[in-house]
Amino acid sequence: MSYFSIAWQWLISAQQWHGPDGIPVRLAQHLAYTGIALGIAVVIALPAGLAMGHLRRGGFVVVTLANFGRALPTLGLLVLIFVLTSGSAAAWLVPLTFLAIPPILVNTYEGVLGVDADLTDAARGMGMTEWQILRKVEMPVATPLILLGLRISAIQVVATATIAAYIGLGGLGRYIFDGLNRSEYNVVAGGAAVIVLLALAIQALFMLLRWLIVPVGLRRQAQAS
Amino acid sequence: MTWAWANRDQLAHLLVSHLYLALMPVLFGIVVSIPVGIMCVRYRWTWPPILSLTSIFYALPSLALFSVLIDYTGLTDWTVIIPLTLFSLSVLIPSVVDGLRSVPPPVRQAATAMGFGALRQVVQVELPLAIPIIIAGLRVATVSSISLVSVGQLIGIGGLGYLFTDGEQRDFPTEIYTGLILIVILAFLADGLLVLVRRWLTPWERARSARDRRRVFSAAWHGSRPEGAT
Repeated sequence: MSYFSIAWQWLISAQQWHGPDGIPVRLAQHLAYTGIALGIAVVIALPAGLAMGHLRRGGFVVVTLANFGRALPTLGLLVLIFVLTSGSAAAWLVPLTFLAIPPILVNTYEGVLGVDADLTDAARGMGMTEWQILRKVEMPVATPLILLGLRISAIQVVATATIAAYIGLGGLGRYIFDGLNRSEYNVVAGGAAVIVLLALAIQALFMLLRWLIVPVGLRRQAQAS
Repeated sequence: MTWAWANRDQLAHLLVSHLYLALMPVLFGIVVSIPVGIMCVRYRWTWPPILSLTSIFYALPSLALFSVLIDYTGLTDWTVIIPLTLFSLSVLIPSVVDGLRSVPPPVRQAATAMGFGALRQVVQVELPLAIPIIIAGLRVATVSSISLVSVGQLIGIGGLGYLFTDGEQRDFPTEIYTGLILIVILAFLADGLLVLVRRWLTPWERARSARDRRRVFSAAWHGSRPEGAT
């Protein structure tokens, strides 16, 4: 298991934990890219998905966007924007945000659309306004799917933020690119290990979040699916 | 366009290697997923651990995996094909399991009553009925794989991804556009092809989907009666 011992040696050596090229700094940069892109994507995709799901409109747009988002290579989009903006340092923002939007949009839309019509009919019969129906009936019932969308987006963005280092930015991808360029395999191995651990931590965080947020009555259903 | 035409030989070469790098993982993925999926449905206790494993595969960052594998497989195609196979498994195994579980119990019971053995029942009855869901997973896996191959270019093996890194180094957007357009077209073509394969393999679905559409339509019709109507 040479990979694991090399990665481990690199991880525990003290110099990785200090200075501008230390793991804490790179991790913070990585999380900043991820958080900002994800935040913008949520602001755009969540209201749009809720509205389209509630109004039961726009299914075609959602499906097309999802397919297109999956087919479009993020690396290509990143270098294209980088070249077109003649080397702007903010070139990472557009591809990462674009990557994050489709999963949130699709799952929010599907989640709200999938709410049992009997529930919304009953809510309407009780005199709830459309806004109340969305807020008090559709959103809670759609929570498992909305969280699934957020989780898929977060995982993809965290994994893909690695390639921001290709255009000279920071983040954990730096270790991989610097290590490859300087033929220092231990840096590559250690950096890759940190990225994998971060992705798995995010996966675990969302599992926990689902357990905390999803209404008790829906939990069994959510686990079954 | 002029640039793409002038370089058509190189583009064709990259296209072929791109397809090879993208489709081999999906092929390996489906070959592994079908027996594993059958096992997960037949021996239920194997499903939770395998599901966790697939969600771990899904979370693995591609570039990190490529760089880890360099030490074992060197700069060969396998360094890209193996991680992409893991990603395709993370989509395909759950869809095989979902597909097999979607077979209605009466169908299974009928097959048993007709004297089908366990293996024949899976191969001749359950798998064909699971095809729509398996192909839905196959479409996701194929399109993602075609798009993801380009990341392999960061370690030097990425088919059309070459146009991205080369275009970036030469500060030449046309080359990057060409790569983006070719990859998206390739992904959509593969997707469309899989839809055709599904129609060809499941002729009975066509009749059923027409009926389903009518049912959905009539449900929508009843759902949209004017408010206050009794």
